[in-house]
Amino acid sequence: MAVYIIRRVTLALVVMIGVSIIAFLLARVIPSDPVGRWVGLRAKAEQREKARIELGLDKPLYVQYFRYMKGFVRGDWGTSLYTHQPVLRDLATHLPASLELIFFGMAIALLLGIPLGTLSAAKSGGIVDHSSRVFSLAGIALPTFWLAMIFQLVLFKQLHLFPLAGRIKAITGILHPIKHITGFNLFDSLITGNFTAFGSAFMHIILPGITLAAHPLGLIARMTRATMLEVLGEDYIRTARSCGIGEVRILLIYALRNALAPVLTICALLFAFSLVETFLIESVFTWPGLGFYTSNAILTVDYPVIMGVTILISFTYIFLNLIVDITQAFLDPRIRIS
Amino acid sequence: MVLHEIRHTLRLIRRNPLTLTGLSIVSLLVVVALFAPWVAPYPNDINTSHMANKLQPPSLAHPCGTDELGRDVSSRLVFGCRISLQIGFLTIGLSLLIGVPLGVIAGYSGGKVDEIIMRVSDMVLSFPSLLLAMAITAMLGPNLQNAMIAIAISWWPWYTRLLRSEAISVKEREYVAAAKAIGASWRRIVFKHVLRNSLTSLIIQISVDFGAVIMTSAALSFLGLGAQPPTPEWGLMINIGRDFFLSYWWIVTFPGVAIFVTVLGFNLVGDGAREILDPRLSRRGR
Repeated sequence: MAVYIIRRVTLALVVMIGVSIIAFLLARVIPSDPVGRWVGLRAKAEQREKARIELGLDKPLYVQYFRYMKGFVRGDWGTSLYTHQPVLRDLATHLPASLELIFFGMAIALLLGIPLGTLSAAKSGGIVDHSSRVFSLAGIALPTFWLAMIFQLVLFKQLHLFPLAGRIKAITGILHPIKHITGFNLFDSLITGNFTAFGSAFMHIILPGITLAAHPLGLIARMTRATMLEVLGEDYIRTARSCGIGEVRILLIYALRNALAPVLTICALLFAFSLVETFLIESVFTWPGLGFYTSNAILTVDYPVIMGVTILISFTYIFLNLIVDITQAFLDPRIRIS
Repeated sequence: MVLHEIRHTLRLIRRNPLTLTGLSIVSLLVVVALFAPWVAPYPNDINTSHMANKLQPPSLAHPCGTDELGRDVSSRLVFGCRISLQIGFLTIGLSLLIGVPLGVIAGYSGGKVDEIIMRVSDMVLSFPSLLLAMAITAMLGPNLQNAMIAIAISWWPWYTRLLRSEAISVKEREYVAAAKAIGASWRRIVFKHVLRNSLTSLIIQISVDFGAVIMTSAALSFLGLGAQPPTPEWGLMINIGRDFFLSYWWIVTFPGVAIFVTVLGFNLVGDGAREILDPRLSRRGR
């Protein structure tokens, strides 16, 4: 097991270095005018030259790369060309909002997806099974950004059930400010007993949350169904049945527990998927998270930010994949031996 | 023999209603795209504004209403179908151009070359494809052509992986060894054996990818990184409609339905192709 973990971690490190090189090359080789963005269009030649040195763009590429990575490891991810703030600080400000949204979405997907999948497996071929299949097929084909707008159209405009956009009602945010502890509004307002703010934050997170959950929900349901069907065919289930144990008890206690491991590992991958999906959803709901911040950075070609976010998300991806691989190897000895 | 196989495949398709639905959707889209100028109610007006007619709700004259410049939404959707299918074909074509030769080289030559190609493709796959495509288009400059290049750059490793594993498995077969023994050139082996054997898995992969590519490009256009106005691209139509949709629902609703139906159609065909062409899977319960 130790050998496997070491091999897998080394491989992940190599890929991480490669990814950082690709991201770096993307930002530097492709023609864009970072100096122009830094000093403005009307700057004189000597001002441009000074900025070039200030930004380190006069050095050879590999020196620039090592300089960037040295800074990266120390927490200096460069300065945004647009906000003129350190990239890392900007990211730290915006990340909690995105994470809160992703956790909320994943919670919905799990709480609905697992029962749906279990039910589909229990009554395989029945109405629930067919509708869950159609639902998951549809969930994958629905453009998230459009689904978000349809929710706004129906649930905000027509039925007045939920607020249109944002994280909290502006007036509530002023009258009952949330004390910043973790940056997760729901959590912070709840533990400080600020229930007015909690209510508002909760209403605001529902629409972006269910939009984000749509795709993972379908996948989790299908995955649960598939593994449940496999487990239900095992001998010990037959034995349990022959002992006269109730069907519900068999499903929920004997089968589900064994079927859940693969489902939980796919959650790590869905989490990474949701991280990118927030780019689209936050843009529709003006949710002040990482995606919203990055979309703006991309439209203004703010390359230190684009690079930082690209590296951050890819590293998260690689890290989650690593966790999944190791967990699976832990659960299934065949993987670590091969 | 071939006829028999085709008949068998057709029977399998007929027995599978979801695949049949997918195939009908895709055929319909192809027809609409090919005959767009005849299908669209106002083929000459997709880029001309009629301000007197702007933001009209759906009616008999304008089945999907008109947009903020008075253009007929249904006609723009029909021409958008052309664009989406083109995006799919060109992007996947480009990915194949990069991915297939690399995969064959990796699998066929093995050793260091293989190691390098596979590590690079691992690295590319470590980026979420939408994110990598966003970063590339942001740097290249936002337009449809760059969006397609960007998606292709993030997509080719899938084909490289596929072709590599096919090449490795074919390389070991006895008939290839026999071909080599009678002096067949590597070119002949690659084209006649490796590529022909990979065709089935390649077709499956392409049909599965088609919907995903169309979805990614629509997402890029939605973020302002793909097609630019006045192109009637569906993602872009939704993006522009953002300013109006709460009062004029039809502006974003129909382009979204178009994306949904298209992606769903290709996904169903992809699933079906996997089941029908890969008998190993069809026996397994899904």
